[in-house]
Amino acid sequence: MIEFQLDTGSGVATYLQLVQQVHQALRLGILEPGDQLPTTQQVVAKLAINPNTVLKAYRDLEREGLVRPRPGQGTFVVGTLPRSDPATQERFLASMTVWLRRARLAGLGPDDIEAIYRTAVRSCFAEGVA
Amino acid sequence: MTAVLDATGLGRHYGRKWALRDCTLSIPEGRVVGLVGPNGAGKTTLLHLAVGLLTPSEGSISIMGGRPAEGPDQLAKVGFVAQDTPVYAGLTVGKHLRMGAYLNPGWDQGLAEHRIRQLGLDLRQKAGSLSGGQRAQLALTLAIAKQPELLVLDEPVASLDPLARREFLQDLMTIVARHGVSVVLSSHLVSDLERVCDHLVVLVSSHTQLAGDVNDLLATHHRLTGPRRDPRSLPSDQLVIEESHTDKQSTFLVRTDQPILDPAWTVKPVTLDDLVLAYMGRGRESGPAGQVGLGVTR
Amino acid sequence: MIRFAWMQSRIPLLIAAAGLAIVAVVLGATGPHLVHLYESTVGSCHSDCSATRTAFVKNDRALHVGLGALVVVVPGAIGLFWGAPLVAREFEVGTWRLAFTQSVTRTRWLGVKLLLGALASMVVAGLLSLLVTWWSSPIDRANATLYASFEQRDIVPIGYAAFAFALAVLVGVLVRRTVPAMAVSLAAFVGARLGFTHWVRPHLISPVTGIFSLNATTVTGVAPTAYGNSFLPGPPSLPNAWIYSTKIVDNTGHPLTSAALKVLCPQLNLGAGPGGGGRTTAPYPYQDCIPRVAVKFHEVVVYQPSSHYWPLQWTELAFYIGVAILLVGMSLWATSRRVT
Repeated sequence: MIEFQLDTGSGVATYLQLVQQVHQALRLGILEPGDQLPTTQQVVAKLAINPNTVLKAYRDLEREGLVRPRPGQGTFVVGTLPRSDPATQERFLASMTVWLRRARLAGLGPDDIEAIYRTAVRSCFAEGVA
Repeated sequence: MTAVLDATGLGRHYGRKWALRDCTLSIPEGRVVGLVGPNGAGKTTLLHLAVGLLTPSEGSISIMGGRPAEGPDQLAKVGFVAQDTPVYAGLTVGKHLRMGAYLNPGWDQGLAEHRIRQLGLDLRQKAGSLSGGQRAQLALTLAIAKQPELLVLDEPVASLDPLARREFLQDLMTIVARHGVSVVLSSHLVSDLERVCDHLVVLVSSHTQLAGDVNDLLATHHRLTGPRRDPRSLPSDQLVIEESHTDKQSTFLVRTDQPILDPAWTVKPVTLDDLVLAYMGRGRESGPAGQVGLGVTR
Repeated sequence: MIRFAWMQSRIPLLIAAAGLAIVAVVLGATGPHLVHLYESTVGSCHSDCSATRTAFVKNDRALHVGLGALVVVVPGAIGLFWGAPLVAREFEVGTWRLAFTQSVTRTRWLGVKLLLGALASMVVAGLLSLLVTWWSSPIDRANATLYASFEQRDIVPIGYAAFAFALAVLVGVLVRRTVPAMAVSLAAFVGARLGFTHWVRPHLISPVTGIFSLNATTVTGVAPTAYGNSFLPGPPSLPNAWIYSTKIVDNTGHPLTSAALKVLCPQLNLGAGPGGGGRTTAPYPYQDCIPRVAVKFHEVVVYQPSSHYWPLQWTELAFYIGVAILLVGMSLWATSRRVT
């Protein structure tokens, strides 16, 4: 059974944090199909958050096909997340290292690179506020 | 979906001073509603009107379709925890439970005793010698064991230390998860409410400034930073809540349903804290004229 | 609600019961002795018993007076200590916000508490009065002054208790602070009781008018009256009566003026003080004038006879209970209005 944490200062919505923590657990193999997620009562008893938040997170996970509720018993993991293939990761690590060297030569420091990275991630993955 | 609280033009005055004026709200059931505002804004007045401890001077309010405190059935539907959690100092914890059993037909003694055991309270201890946190928990027990459909709490955690505060909110959320009650709780600190509320009402200077679903509110409010600009030049669908300027730069907190397309802006999301502070500041300046986003979130 | 009201008021009720028990024990220990003493002295006296009576009533004098005071004080005290905090305390400490959000309406909440408190007050006052009336009856019989202890006997204390309680509750509802409510209710209660005793009780039931001949008892001397120096009327032998007034008048109702007395009794010196004479001359005894005056004049006495005692008790009780009911209604109305 995983235990959820809450980072109130991160600016990320609570339900999203729960979803992300389940994703993370799946990726790392902490959660496997058949495992039970904490009940809504257990989560709110620890984190003092609105039960609807938990329900929303679990509904999103269900929509993604990762979990399914069993009435009267709880919510159980049914799917897995594709773990990205190590070879693919190697390739992107290599091209990123090249890019970083070039940026450094152009005079960009770690903070500039961080800002560029965050802007790029946001516009690539965000839901359309721009 | 029935509204758990429906107020129309609700107002209440004492002598010539209006403690609450022109309040129109509709809160759907099954929510945890945060009522936030500075001290003296009218939060207690609104809550007292909701549970029937006060009658309106103008307008009307209905709770789950009925007039507050109209009869024993209506009284049984609402559980109330008043500010500073009053208890009978001379009665023991156990006697308070018996009071609940005598005075509430819907009383669940098993639930009450289970909670008292879990909280580690001594049934034979006089309520006057309980700590603030224990009193708050006793008051919450009394309110929830009568099995209401709506729980109303007036600044329940204001005078509690951080640990007691956390435990109280954990308990409250567990109760909501288990029993599905609607909750209205007030505070003058947004941080108390952030984690637990999914619906927010901001009250300043006896008027409602803002009301709506928390996710909606967070999705429709943005902080825009960019080159210095006159607020009147902004598109009409963007309502300016807060603005600040330097000689070169302007920052606006706007409310809009539309996407923000102007590339000159840096757009950042707003935290609930910032949102409430902005409306509280606005409310203090503009008073009754400042109402935004009220009414029906059905 | 009844069980809750009982739970909240258990201790005060037990204290009152304990107090009553103590009084009962003390009276039970000393009462029978008084009865025996009465039987053996006044009871077995057949002629000229006034000396015997006077001696008898001196027994247990302190206790007799103390008990009378107790019956006067207890109803007011009950009203104060039970009635004033009933609602006022809830507002004072803030528990009204807990009490009025349970599943009982304010009217039922207050109505049950009022009923319980009023009944308890009346029972305590009634039992106390019963005990004291029983204990005092030998002394009261010997004294033959039934009306002197009207307020401390029989059933009127029940009315006083109900009135004091209802009044204190209403004051508590209006004032919302216990100690000021006690002060105001005490003042109002004492004022109302004094006012009623002085202005209303004499008119509750029409008194009786009696005609008595003038003799050495009914004329007690010569003194300045409203009609000049004239005969001073004295109360006739009317045991257990409440005498309103005594007058000396003739058949047409004219009073015995100084002039009329001079005509009937020229030797009487009316110039000086009581006794009909100054010190320089031998005074003419006024008693010798009485037969001459008695031919034309008689004494008219307005009084309540002993037969009116119980009707007066019931009427006064009804008055106080009626006012108490009115005050109860006002309390219920004021509480249900939800001003704050």
